[in-house]
Amino acid sequence: MLVFSTNAISDMGIDLAGSSHLDYAASVEVISVPCSSGIHPEWILRAIRAGFDGVFIAADGPECSYVSDCVERTGRVVAEAQALLEKSGYDAGRLKMAAICSVCAEPFVHHMRQFGDALASASAPAVG
Amino acid sequence: MTDEKSRRIGVVVCQCGGNISDYVDTEKVREAASHEPGVVSTQVQMFACSDAAQQDAIREIREKKLDGIVVCSCSPKLHLATFRAMAERAGLNPYEYTQVNIREQCSWAHTHDPAGATAKATGLVMAGIARTARSQPLEPIRVETLPQALVLGAGVAGLRSALALSDLGISVHLVESSDHAGGQVMRWGDLFPHDKVGAELVASLVAEVGRRENIQLYLGTELVEKSGRVGAFSVRLRTFTGDQIPLKVGAIVVATGFEPYTPKPDEFGYGLPGVITLPELKEALARRPKPLVYGGREIRSIAYIYCVGSRQSADDGTGHAYCSRYCCSATSHISTVVNGLDASVKQYHLFRDVRTYGKYEALYESALRGGSLFLRYGEEAPPVVRSQDGALVVQVKDRLLGGEEVELRPDLVVLVTGMVPRDNAALTRVLKIPVGQDGFFREVHVKLRPVETVVDGVFIVGTAQGPKNVAESVQSALAAVSKAGALLLKGYVDLDPQVAKVDPNLCVWCDECTKACPYGAIDRVAYGDKEVAEVNPILCKGEGACVPVCPKQAVSVLGYTHEQVTSMIDALAKEAV
Repeated sequence: MLVFSTNAISDMGIDLAGSSHLDYAASVEVISVPCSSGIHPEWILRAIRAGFDGVFIAADGPECSYVSDCVERTGRVVAEAQALLEKSGYDAGRLKMAAICSVCAEPFVHHMRQFGDALASASAPAVG
Repeated sequence: MTDEKSRRIGVVVCQCGGNISDYVDTEKVREAASHEPGVVSTQVQMFACSDAAQQDAIREIREKKLDGIVVCSCSPKLHLATFRAMAERAGLNPYEYTQVNIREQCSWAHTHDPAGATAKATGLVMAGIARTARSQPLEPIRVETLPQALVLGAGVAGLRSALALSDLGISVHLVESSDHAGGQVMRWGDLFPHDKVGAELVASLVAEVGRRENIQLYLGTELVEKSGRVGAFSVRLRTFTGDQIPLKVGAIVVATGFEPYTPKPDEFGYGLPGVITLPELKEALARRPKPLVYGGREIRSIAYIYCVGSRQSADDGTGHAYCSRYCCSATSHISTVVNGLDASVKQYHLFRDVRTYGKYEALYESALRGGSLFLRYGEEAPPVVRSQDGALVVQVKDRLLGGEEVELRPDLVVLVTGMVPRDNAALTRVLKIPVGQDGFFREVHVKLRPVETVVDGVFIVGTAQGPKNVAESVQSALAAVSKAGALLLKGYVDLDPQVAKVDPNLCVWCDECTKACPYGAIDRVAYGDKEVAEVNPILCKGEGACVPVCPKQAVSVLGYTHEQVTSMIDALAKEAV
């Protein structure tokens, strides 16, 4: 899984998860950007094409100090990226977004586990 | 930018004294990095941040003529500045340095999976190398600053800001939208903890402002326009007569204050005779009436209802989910004032929680000693206030009595109202500073940059930022003055050069980036025989809101260019665990 996080806010929440030794899969890798509203939808398609099972945007959410409507702006990035994924034949569910605050260590780990499970079950062969 | 294949990059892998190397095979990571194109130096260090290790890295940068360096260690939050300074000491541009977090986001998170942690660290290092290979030297944007400040709001926080700036030799334009200085405190009586009367406190500050030659006070005046940049803002004021005043200032201090919460009709009986708010009681007691009379009625008992307009459920649509901080202490204090006026008055405090933090606990104890009774109610069962035969009746289920209903018949019901943000919509549009979910202006970082906003040179103080008492308001005012003073007295400021940049060859001027930019940092300019977008690097904050809306990928943030981010994605995918 590829995570886009933000320098000022969600990175600190993810750091706190590590500092608290909260375990999550080592397959979760992070690229930090200044603000989640600045993520280009093409980057998400690129990641899926490059082989990532899923992309998670650890968004600034309402705490964003740059833009007060960061949630809406990042939401538009997600909608556009999901449309791009579908157009390219990928399941839109391979992209997920949630606000991760600077102390959201446990929510981050929870999201990683939940998203990891969802991606695993989506890719598992149908039984029966 | 040089071709990434011809780069000379150094990689330092830190063991962090076992914090990393107990779970990550650092030698294996170094070995993998050493085979990357462009990497000409690799090291493993016990502590990369130690003086000795930094000296090693500096020597390596100089001897091997490195043009980029990657340090794989802890979170950039801890040592980004350390290693940027190290790069600078070695003669390397600090923006050619990348810090890769293999501790908080790797070794510490995967202690049960050393193989996975090592593979992940390798991927992260490769991504760091890919980013650095596409980096370019950047220089801080240095701009001059004017030793003049604009202070908006002449309440206690604004007055105190103006005086402290004046002390530093900075000229101040102090702007107040109402026709008098003093703000909310002006109307209050005794203030805790030292019983200084609000009007007297304000009067002493206003008198001192009047004595300062380098403070100009504008009453009945508003800020209507702001342009320019930190250190040299062009602002325009409009007086109540419609006159326009243009000014040039280096910094802006926003001290526009709060509004007391006004209860809705019938909220806890508001509107019934004898049901008033805490500010109304404070104003009435400022006249020190004896005997205690309100609305022509002698007051023999008072019921205070706490948390009115504060700590409301998030789903009630008001947004007043926060605690207003000052009210518990203010109410404990006012009950001691009442006690001082007439000790026989019975006082009942209907509270949810008492938050008289720090030294204000003494006020609560003083209220208790004065005979006040405290009854605790739950959010799910708020007190009911009604009128019966011309008298007030308050019913409350006291949690401390196991939920038993208690009926009071006070002469006065005081609703302990919190603070709500002022209607700052117009000011927000002019200043372009963010507002939080609670409606108050928002700082960059609540702990580390508590009075700075995302707009360089614009500071928020006092209750414009959120509920505070007078002491806390003045503390934040003086904090902002020290930040503004440091900025203005140095004569210049260095801005982060990691801002957006437009490739004019790709740009076709569709206007999407200007619409997306929250800071008005993008202009339309001529480029050859076409028009293109151009970023003003002084106004740009580098958040990249313009990046996803550009249909041509013509704009990106330096340090996070499309090329850099996609190369990192590819590098991570190649090494994926």
